[in-house]
Amino acid sequence: MEQQCINVIQTMAPCLTSSGVDPGLAQFISILIGVVLVALFPLVLVILLIWMERKVAARVQDRLGPNRVGPFGLFQNIADALKLIIKEDITPAGADRTIFNLAPIIATLSTTMMWAVIPFSPVNIGVDLSIGVLYFTAIGSIGTLAIMMAGWSSNNKYALLGAFRVVAALVSYEVPMVLALLVPVMIAGTLSMQSLVVAQQGMWFIVPAFVSALLFYISNLAETGRAPFDLIEAESELVAGYNIEYSGMKFGLFMANEFMHAFTANLLFAVIFLGGWSGPGATEVPLLGFIYLFLKTGALYIPSLILRATVPRVRIDQMMGFNWKFLVPVAIVNVVVVAFLLQVTKALGIAPVPGETDFLANLPQALVLFVGNLLTIAVALEMIRRFGRQARSETSGAAVVIAEAHDVPSAAH
Amino acid sequence: MLELNAQTIAFFIFALFALGGALGVVTSRNLIHGALYLIVSLFGGAGFFVLLSAPFMAVVQVLVYIGAIAILIIFAVMLTRGMTQMSEILNRQWWMSAIVGVLLFVMLGLGVILPVWGENGINPNRPVSDNVATTEDLGVALVDGNQYVLPFQVASLLLTGAMIGAIVLARDTE
Amino acid sequence: MIPLWMYLLVAAGMFSIGVYGVLARRNAVAILMSVELMLSAVNINLIAFWRYMAPENMAGQAFAAFVFVVAAAEAAVGLAIIISVYRSRRSVVVEDVNLLKG
Repeated sequence: MEQQCINVIQTMAPCLTSSGVDPGLAQFISILIGVVLVALFPLVLVILLIWMERKVAARVQDRLGPNRVGPFGLFQNIADALKLIIKEDITPAGADRTIFNLAPIIATLSTTMMWAVIPFSPVNIGVDLSIGVLYFTAIGSIGTLAIMMAGWSSNNKYALLGAFRVVAALVSYEVPMVLALLVPVMIAGTLSMQSLVVAQQGMWFIVPAFVSALLFYISNLAETGRAPFDLIEAESELVAGYNIEYSGMKFGLFMANEFMHAFTANLLFAVIFLGGWSGPGATEVPLLGFIYLFLKTGALYIPSLILRATVPRVRIDQMMGFNWKFLVPVAIVNVVVVAFLLQVTKALGIAPVPGETDFLANLPQALVLFVGNLLTIAVALEMIRRFGRQARSETSGAAVVIAEAHDVPSAAH
Repeated sequence: MLELNAQTIAFFIFALFALGGALGVVTSRNLIHGALYLIVSLFGGAGFFVLLSAPFMAVVQVLVYIGAIAILIIFAVMLTRGMTQMSEILNRQWWMSAIVGVLLFVMLGLGVILPVWGENGINPNRPVSDNVATTEDLGVALVDGNQYVLPFQVASLLLTGAMIGAIVLARDTE
Repeated sequence: MIPLWMYLLVAAGMFSIGVYGVLARRNAVAILMSVELMLSAVNINLIAFWRYMAPENMAGQAFAAFVFVVAAAEAAVGLAIIISVYRSRRSVVVEDVNLLKG
């Protein structure tokens, strides 16, 4: 079932064998080249991503952004990377040297390894694992570990505090993420990424799994440490968080990893909810699928950049409360509702046969699920509105009491 | 006897991970190092699962053990700070424990290699079926009324009970 | 294919190391980690036997899945107990927790 990553590589193994190389070795070399290609792609892409991020942030803040090095400042990041490489590489006294050096490598590794299961086009996928969705969740959890290692080994209390927050937050936000992923998996009836995309030929999962898409997006913002959940770094409280003691290219790796992870999260969103490579003519011309996928990802990524540049950071207790008291219950209810509606549509006979690529055939079930999703979210929002109002009235009452108690001294000041 | 192919090499690398990590867990003075060694060891175990064509188990191993349990342990180590670097990590009976461990290993090893408990696994002629059940089969088996649905339910009850128990135990009593 | 006994031998090694850790370490967290090692070794055995003996039957994998559940529950409750003991006795050394000793 394994497909090699790129067709050139598939034909390379027999080619090498015919020129006298041992068949096992030839296959090893061709797989190695495929792995290196897939792994290098995000590392090269990150240069462009940082440029994009800085440009968008600058536009939001009414600045120009990098514009000196190269056309439109495109080479600014190459210059920055050069600067980071030639900087002195400092290891703090009392740091656990091995773990300190290992942490940025593992962080980058965890993000790069996610790319192995992303289907770029009908034929180009690293490995079409039968458990692809679980795979990238598991690999993502290794990233948490890397941040923990960095925070602990730095021998710095801000770094350790940052790491504590990360573990608490990221492990918690994994719960709604996995529950949200369960819904498209249930609809498609598969865990393989390629089959998920194929199942979306008729109808993108963002319609029948609307709530899941929202939950996945929000928990991904938290998982990748983007605003408003960028408490991992929280410059104003923790100086820089877990990577405070890092300098030079080790810091650069963490930085690059953050951008890469954010992009990868959006890429996964595009694959799971926006139909991945599917689009007109994608099955005939694989290159088109590649372009579609990156267009969709870009359409998601740029709003997330604007979001980052505009929204303020939440407090850590708010972040955790939001997860456990809102996202997780909504995710659980959503799974139950979708599972129920799926069975109902099957019983009513309006469920499409598996593998149906016609839009109209998929429509009835999708509409039923969409209405179910809308109901879920309406109830959830109504409940949060009510609780929010109650909490506000309580705190405003408390504020009045405090103001009365401190009335005289505060007036004297 | 063993042909040298990618699978064999992978097996030995994972075996090194599993056993080296395990040794690291019991010998490391610093508990954080111990937890990281535990992760290495469990990662080796996950590699074995891949070689044994149980990819679901491998991913669950990474997700549950490395992503949750190991991080929980690191968390506990940090919460009980001051205990991470004790001057004496072994108790008075450590030499006896070492003897027990070695004896157990010798016994198990003999049991594995020699036909002590019936037919052993050393027989290379024993046919290995390629008809491997998939992840889908596992999913069906876990919710099939004739197979494992009852253990599955009991397991979920166990998890709920453990969760409530853990919260009650670890909570600050006010 | 790698013969079955090699998997079993590695698992036996992991299990024995875990036993040594449980018996010899003083720190409760280290003991818990050793228990995790033992459970993991058992899982390797289960999956190896499943693959070589009855790969078309789900029993081995299903059992391993339940071992995962038990391991997770055990870790959660065990660590909660350790933290609660640490809070009241300022120690996680198992020999210091001896209030019930006659």
